Amino acid sequence: MDFDRTAEYAAHHSEEDGKKMRKTIWVIFWVLLAVTAVEVSLGLAWKDLGLAWQFVKWTFIILTLVKAYYIVAYYMHLKHEFKNFIYVVSLPYIVLVVYLIILMLNEAVFVHDTHGIM
Amino acid sequence: MAGHSPMVDTKKLWGGGFSPFNVSYGKMMMWFFLVSDAFSFSALLISYGFMRHRFEETWPVAEDVFTHFPFLHGDHPLLYVALMTFILIMSSVTMVLAVESGQRMNRKGVIKWMAWTIVGGLIFVGSQAWEWYHFIHGTELGALQLADGTIAQWLSDAKNSLLLPTGIEVTGAEAAALIAQGTEVYGANLTVNEYGLPLFADFFFFITGFHGTHVFSGVVINFIIFVNVLKGTYEKRGHYEMVEKVGLYWHFVDLVWVFVFTFFYLV
Repeated sequence: MDFDRTAEYAAHHSEEDGKKMRKTIWVIFWVLLAVTAVEVSLGLAWKDLGLAWQFVKWTFIILTLVKAYYIVAYYMHLKHEFKNFIYVVSLPYIVLVVYLIILMLNEAVFVHDTHGIM
Repeated sequence: MAGHSPMVDTKKLWGGGFSPFNVSYGKMMMWFFLVSDAFSFSALLISYGFMRHRFEETWPVAEDVFTHFPFLHGDHPLLYVALMTFILIMSSVTMVLAVESGQRMNRKGVIKWMAWTIVGGLIFVGSQAWEWYHFIHGTELGALQLADGTIAQWLSDAKNSLLLPTGIEVTGAEAAALIAQGTEVYGANLTVNEYGLPLFADFFFFITGFHGTHVFSGVVINFIIFVNVLKGTYEKRGHYEMVEKVGLYWHFVDLVWVFVFTFFYLV
């Protein structure tokens, strides 16, 4: 049981690389925190600022996708995996979910328009 | 037969040696599990979106539902859930710092950062319990469930005027007739919701409950790995890849919360 295959792939790095990595980790943390702070303050103030709801809604969705990108790419390290692996993990998910969102929301509006609001 | 042919260079084919894509077996399977789990959460959130668009006018506004904050009186929409989001982001940072320490074979660092991650996870689960308690408990005033099952809100503390789900305000004898036929309700459960459609409560319990279960199991798994780190299991093994694998799961839990936060509380 001395042979451990995962040892071949287990990532190791030096003290010096570690310093750089920790810096990246904290930069990403401040990005995530800033984006969340913008979301919360926008949620509290958009009515007083007189912004249109459609604009606010899409801002929320885009900011959410920005946060998701940083978590998956850097904290989950997917950005630094093999390119083919990135496709294997992300493409099936993205294709199916985008399709499902368009399909379901389209149907929801149809049911709403044909069955009334209650 | 073709598999044993010297013509097939596995390194070139997969981009790895023993394992495809140069990712170890365990890490790859964790990724595949996370993709399937992401589909489950997406299905829940998309069906939430369906109902939200279908009942666009009568869907409760989360801002009016989740307004409590510990030790503060009055309405504080979004503040509490913003705090919960901050706690989960923070625990994600401590997790990735534990992974980084592991890659330097720094056992002390792994112990410190994993301990903080577990603490963050427990605080988050506790916060969720608090949020559920207030949602189930409801407001002091409550609401009126009309004879047809829909919810009307009280317009005054005296409970003699009503705001119907259609947006019409009624007072006097007309309101008295509705009150006589209806029942007063407080808080929310799977069948009744004082804030409006019971579907809103169903989705709230199911989605945050499913996520909370993930957080809780994440804390348990983190704790098991933490004990192994203390025992020196990974020091002997020569690498801390197990910490990376549970790290992936923990970041996924944070990732899901990013979406729940947006689609349940903001949009």
